[in-house]
Parts: sequence; C-alpha cells; structure tokens
Amino acid sequence: MLGEALFFSAILFAIGVVGVLTRRNAIIVFMCVELMLNAVNLSFVAFAQAYGVTGQVFVFFVMTVAAAEAAVGLAIIIALFRHRQTVNLQNINLLKG
Amino acid sequence: MPHGTLPLLYTFHFYLFGIISVVSALLFVTRKSPVAAALWLVNTMFCLAAMYVLLDAPFIGVIQVLVYAGAIMVVFLFVIMLLNLGHPSEIADARGLGAKLIAGAIGVALLAEVFALIKARTPDLLTLPEGYAAAEVARTGAIAPIAGPLFNEYLLAFEVTSVLLLAAIIGAVILGKRKEADAR
Repeated sequence: MLGEALFFSAILFAIGVVGVLTRRNAIIVFMCVELMLNAVNLSFVAFAQAYGVTGQVFVFFVMTVAAAEAAVGLAIIIALFRHRQTVNLQNINLLKG
Repeated sequence: MPHGTLPLLYTFHFYLFGIISVVSALLFVTRKSPVAAALWLVNTMFCLAAMYVLLDAPFIGVIQVLVYAGAIMVVFLFVIMLLNLGHPSEIADARGLGAKLIAGAIGVALLAEVFALIKARTPDLLTLPEGYAAAEVARTGAIAPIAGPLFNEYLLAFEVTSVLLLAAIIGAVILGKRKEADAR
C-alpha cells in the first residue's frame, strides 16, 4: 500500500500547490496549505506502516502545528480584513516596495 | 486492517477513498464560493481519515476527524461566515492565464518528481515485516503504539508543542483584539 498511498499523497500535494499559486482569496490559499499538510500526513502514515510507528507521532505534531497555524493565520486574516475590508491577495500588497 | 483475509476488498476501499479524496480536492480548488470550497475540503479530510484507518493508524484517523475536520475546518468556516465572504461577487478568483500556466507547470513538475521518488528502493533492513503495524495495533490497542514513543523519545518535542500552542493562543488573541482607539 506504500506506493499507492504515496501516489495519492503526491496528487493531493500538487493540487494544494496549484491552489496556493492560482487562488487570490486569502482564506482559500490558507485552506490549500492545510491540504498540503494533509497530503504530507498521508505520506507519514504510509511510511509508518512500512518502517515503524514513529511516523504517526510526527503526524500528531504536524496536526498540532497546523492547529496553531490555523489559529494565528485566521487571526491575521481577521485583523487584515478589519483594516482593509478585503481578503483579496491582490489588494494586500503593503510589503511590495 | 486484516490484509490477509480480504486483500481485494482492502485494496478496493483504499483506491475508492483515495479517488474520492482527490476528486474532492480538485473540486475544492476550483469552487468559487469559499463555503463550498471548505466543505469539499472537509470531505477530503474524511476520506483521508478512512485511508489512515486502512493504513493501520486508527488513532490518527480518529484525531484527523476530530481535530482537522471537526475543529480546524469549523474555525475556517466560522471565519468565512464571520467576515461574510460567502458572496460570489466578493470572491476575487483565480489569477490570470500566466499564473495558471506557471502553477500548472509547477504542479506537473512536483508530480513527476514524486513519481520518480516512488520508484526509489529503500533498504530492506529498515522495512518492517508485512502486517507488523496491524499486529501491533491488535496487540496493544490503537493508542499505545503512538503514546509510547510520544512520551518517551519525543517527550521534549511534546513539551515544546505545548509552549507553541500557548504562543499561538496568545498571538491569536492579541491579533484578533480590537485596538482601544477603534473600540470607541
């Protein structure tokens, strides 16, 4: 099952990357990042089945970090929306010189 | 999962959930409405949970449903609805053709790279015997194989994670707080 799981993981990760690169809505971009994290988790679980259970511990940590990231990222999006009234990434270009 | 008893059924369900998750992910990336996108992503995550169970990781499957589909995606939906982003007119959608082509090229390159990596051989010495993980789950239960390393080898990482969560909570509260001047 390792090969099949890595196959699906690769496809999901590529979909996440394409989503990050093509969408302009900040929340959807953020959800694409979550999809990429999920794809990596699938690889971890598949490798854990073949090479030892430790991989599942890493999934646990990835989920924790994803939860922390979601909390902080969504707080940033809310602050940004309060400031600019939009989540369109094209209008959020304050750091562009 | 008993590979030995019904291998064909096992493989069938693995592919079934895999294909559903990929289709849901594609629909997720292409939806115009953020709410619809979020719900398709929840579907992807449920399918991934089923795949984790099929890959002998039932506990990870359960916390995938609880934490990802249950908690993180609810927070996303909550923010989408709080900011009232559900209207299609509001959605500034996909970028121009150039960006789409570049994104497609990068996606294809990533896929090709990973497919090349799948072909790579790993040393047999590292590989566990077939069905080892399933036997371990059957012997000690779903949680013990994870809890053991988590609280022994990775205890420091576990404690650091608690500090990270505390920092995230404080950061989220401070970022989400209205300034005193705004409130008046």
